[in-house]
Amino acid sequence: MSVKSLFAGVLSLLLVPVAWAGLNIQHWSTPQGARVYFVENHDLPMLDVNVDFSAGSARDHKAQSGLANLTRHVMGLGAGAFTERDIAEKLADVGAVLSGRMDADRAGFSLRTLSGQAERGQAITLLEAILSTPRFDAAILEREKARVIAGIEEAATKPESIGEKAFQAALYGEHPYALDESGEVASVRALTRDDLTAFHRAHYRARNMVISLMGDISRREAEALAAGLAAGLPPGEAPPPIPPVPMAGRGGERVIPHHATQSHLFMGLPGLKREDPDYFPLHVGNYILGGGGFDSRLTEAIRQKKGLAYSVYSYFMPLEQHGPFRIGLQTRRDATRQAVDTARAELARYLAEGPSEAELAQAKNNLIGGFPLRIDSNKKILEYLAVIGFYRLPLDWLDTYSAKVAAVSRDDILRAFRARVRPDAMMTVIVGGQLEGQAR
Amino acid sequence: MRPLSPMSPLPMTRLLALLAMFLALVLPARAEIVEETLPNGMRVIVKTDRRAPVAVSQVWYRAGSMDESYGATGVAHVLEHMMFKGTRDVPAGEFSKRIAAAGGRENAFTSRDHTAYFQTLQKDRLELALKLEADRMANLVLSPEEFAKEINVVMEERRMRTEDSAQAKLYEALMATAYQAHPYRHPVIGWMDDLKSMRVDDARRWYEGWYTPNNATLVVAGDVDPAQVMDWAKRYFGPIPARPLPERKPQREPEQTGMKQVTVKAPAKQAVVALAWQVPRLVDPQADWEPYALEILAGVLDGHASARLNQSLVREKRLATDVGAGFDAISRGPALFVADATPMEGRSVAAVEAALKAEIARLAREGVSESELNRVKAQVLAGQVFQQDSLFYQAMQIGEWTTAGLDYRARDVRYARLRAVSADQVKAVAAKFLVDDRLTVAVLDPQPMPEGKPEMPRNAMGAGHVR
Repeated sequence: MSVKSLFAGVLSLLLVPVAWAGLNIQHWSTPQGARVYFVENHDLPMLDVNVDFSAGSARDHKAQSGLANLTRHVMGLGAGAFTERDIAEKLADVGAVLSGRMDADRAGFSLRTLSGQAERGQAITLLEAILSTPRFDAAILEREKARVIAGIEEAATKPESIGEKAFQAALYGEHPYALDESGEVASVRALTRDDLTAFHRAHYRARNMVISLMGDISRREAEALAAGLAAGLPPGEAPPPIPPVPMAGRGGERVIPHHATQSHLFMGLPGLKREDPDYFPLHVGNYILGGGGFDSRLTEAIRQKKGLAYSVYSYFMPLEQHGPFRIGLQTRRDATRQAVDTARAELARYLAEGPSEAELAQAKNNLIGGFPLRIDSNKKILEYLAVIGFYRLPLDWLDTYSAKVAAVSRDDILRAFRARVRPDAMMTVIVGGQLEGQAR
Repeated sequence: MRPLSPMSPLPMTRLLALLAMFLALVLPARAEIVEETLPNGMRVIVKTDRRAPVAVSQVWYRAGSMDESYGATGVAHVLEHMMFKGTRDVPAGEFSKRIAAAGGRENAFTSRDHTAYFQTLQKDRLELALKLEADRMANLVLSPEEFAKEINVVMEERRMRTEDSAQAKLYEALMATAYQAHPYRHPVIGWMDDLKSMRVDDARRWYEGWYTPNNATLVVAGDVDPAQVMDWAKRYFGPIPARPLPERKPQREPEQTGMKQVTVKAPAKQAVVALAWQVPRLVDPQADWEPYALEILAGVLDGHASARLNQSLVREKRLATDVGAGFDAISRGPALFVADATPMEGRSVAAVEAALKAEIARLAREGVSESELNRVKAQVLAGQVFQQDSLFYQAMQIGEWTTAGLDYRARDVRYARLRAVSADQVKAVAAKFLVDDRLTVAVLDPQPMPEGKPEMPRNAMGAGHVR
């Protein structure tokens, strides 16, 4: 699982507007039980479609780690009457772009197409086939396994990937959130066509499906399109919830040797659920600690004052169950200890004092004042629809966001941070590690 | 399982015609661009787009790493960092804080050709961005103390992006080899040794030389009133006096007379082979045809998952795990057409390099089919629509064209000329330019990890840890 890519998607849900006219989100279910979220907009002659299933890497088992990812990937490489070559060519013929989505919770596809009937029709027909009748051709599967394995092996040389993997393992232990989205070399090698077929049958079901539509079609067209996408899938049942994450126990630190010129720091613990009473205090509070870029304490202390890092940040990644809280940075090897100590000291100070009133006001101004930027394109709106739909957030989630940010107090932040970010339970992974003498 | 819904095949030529008609109806109506050049030489370009109550402001300086000289590589990018370190009236770090307080996002980027600074805000807060940008165009304070810290930040950035990435080192070596004289041979971030010996005076000389209104373009896009933006531009940027610019030497790249090769050894698992040919860039959007044919050629090779390189090297021959090809026609300096591939486990670099070249040779010999050509054109047309979803990209395109010395109004000409590219032209540019005498080959020779293979316990944080 790429923590960063997940993070980017989830964070985009977080801000709201001043003069907020409201997005008119239309919601219904298809006859087979797929949930649909739709915003009609005719400004541009294009349509964005996103389909998600609760079929992410958290549905994997250790022995078959990587199955969810490989299933989703190979679905797009031959389906129904279409070879893998047909799929790519027929999409390109109408200028459509199909991409995959994969994280711990969600697996799915995004399709961007021109909205004209001929172009849209051709692109949607291909997506229908991919969802309902993937071929899982054995030769293609073997080829793609080799490619995935090559990717895993290459990632195992890179400090950021090594650290991310060790950090996930440290936080989540036996919980499926510990599993690498791509899987392990041995587990991927052992996957068979039957495994993929079974995973597809068990997870790609209409009642486990969320369809998000944004753009240039009418409600009537959207209904027909969504019904068509779900029609080829068995209704089935939604899978059971992902099991709760065990509460963090005693923390620890692990240094993984690496030849890189920089150390990479991963420090944190399981933090926040998608639906969580402390969502807003933690969201606003994290802006001040390390989420607000140049407006954050970590950047001020480590980059601006000491010149120790190019990139330093903290984030909460809300998932169906407790997703990670992380503080991260990269620094030259001989400054490792100094940078890590500074990050810890900043966190300790924040937990002791909380934010000042001025910092809180600054954070609220940014989060509330920046809301229109979060929904200024079809692509961004589609992402909101997908998150609201998948996590069953209230349809007025965006409408109430500003008020909820505005209502957060210093005390709320202090209480929530002290409850969630417990230094004694924090896991620290350092790839590289302190070197004596000048790395420069 | 449900039978597949019937899909009537669309004849490609008809589809393309439909697409073109469709776009002709939709596109021109929404593009409203107003332009003015201030008396001090600063260009101001405003593009109205009322889809969201948001405005993007970008100030582009026609000064990038290609304007640097030996010994001071990276100074364009270092100055970009220093532009956030305060003016007489706005202390260090305050620029970012004020934009953040207004709900804005801001940052900057440096390329070989230019340096640009941007803010995205609610539309009614645009004035703040213009005011602050004008202030730092004229009043930057470059203190030795701030410089001493920031140069360390830049070195961290170089470590992260380049020093610790085998693939980035390969790319750096490819550029340094493909260009013999032209400053495109230097990395934008600069060579590490130049960064170590850089002083605040280097940054100051750069700022005083290039940061003048007559070397800058302001691009604003969004839900704005162009007349109001022009008023603000005049009020804030208007009083900044023009200054003569440093002389720009042509630094032309000599004609290449034979194939060049470079090998990079670095810890990694997979090898990579990258090929770069010297090719013409876009100079006259109306009269040129070769750069357009090269753009289409890149699409034929790598425009989608079944395009030639992926279909042949990855899917059919199983020689490579990944392939790519690309060409950017818009630049101030000499262009390269690049193709690269990552050999599959057990396949040699030589075999993969030969296969890449064989695909190029086949194209130069046999040309492309009409369906391949139309497929790429359909993607170009759709891309033209999709781009409009991003306000930032719309402003970016105008800035790039302008700093490259091209008329941004010719962007539409480009689309028309791309649609007019013939199969013969694609074949002709492949035969003329993608030849060994114009080629540089760079190979990443992967080395074992010096520390050995890291063990990855799945559930242990050291002895005695219990969850």
